[in-house]
Amino acid sequence: MPELGKYATTVLSAYGVALALILGLVALSLWQSARVRRALTAQEKRAGGNG
Amino acid sequence: MSIWEYANPKKFMQTSGAVLPWMTALSVLTLVGGLFWGFFLTPDDYKQGSTVKIIYIHVPAALMAINAWVMMLIASLIWLVRRHHVSALAAKAAAPVGLTMTLIALFTGAIWGQPMWGTWWAWDPRLTSFLILFLFYLGYLALWAAIESPDAAADLTSVLCLVGSVFAFLSRYAVLFWNQGLHQGASLSLDQEEHVADVFAWPLWTCIAGFVSLFVVLVLIRTRTEIRARRLSALLTRERMGA
Repeated sequence: MPELGKYATTVLSAYGVALALILGLVALSLWQSARVRRALTAQEKRAGGNG
Repeated sequence: MSIWEYANPKKFMQTSGAVLPWMTALSVLTLVGGLFWGFFLTPDDYKQGSTVKIIYIHVPAALMAINAWVMMLIASLIWLVRRHHVSALAAKAAAPVGLTMTLIALFTGAIWGQPMWGTWWAWDPRLTSFLILFLFYLGYLALWAAIESPDAAADLTSVLCLVGSVFAFLSRYAVLFWNQGLHQGASLSLDQEEHVADVFAWPLWTCIAGFVSLFVVLVLIRTRTEIRARRLSALLTRERMGA
């Protein structure tokens, strides 16, 4: 860990906010992708079965 | 071979599926490498102390906040002129990424500004134009969510994107236009007076490469999701019609 001196809270909170937002967006994008892919696969199977 | 081939959803899914693993590897490498380099291996600034380390997230995020809107503008123009659905969906997919980048730029700017300027916020030209850009992102996403017809939503959000481009442009050049306020000029500049020292510039370039590749990865993932969601909606509609 580098010596951040009197600005340690400032620097760490900036990195904390940024990383939380980036990781949140990545997680949300992957979750939405998996959810839609599952639903589409299920619907395609159903459509294939009916047709 | 023409660029318009990628307007075909099937072709886009094939190509993006092949590109994604490589772009993801590049993104992780440059982002983690750049942030590690900037955070652990660079010295403090003689004026700003260790707060200079915030530059490695603040500048790339601010850059991508504007560039995401430029990408949305190009995709929107392609939709308006050529009616390619993939371009409209790509613009929609990029908006949450741009919104997040704008939020990161605003938050880290406020956190950095407090010890350096003595205030979290000032109605400075660049800060204000960034706040307006953030509101445009919110409005853009709200408009997509509010309109049921996908084509009508794509039309109206494209027009909103054209209007918002004025603020994206202002956000980039506000410091030059008004030449006042607290925010300094560009950190990376050909002008050696303004340009940050090389010891800060190289890790900053690496972080910028990381943010750009992260943006590409997220937009590809989200565009693929939008294309799948569109197909799912079409299948559900067909099922409801009893076909």
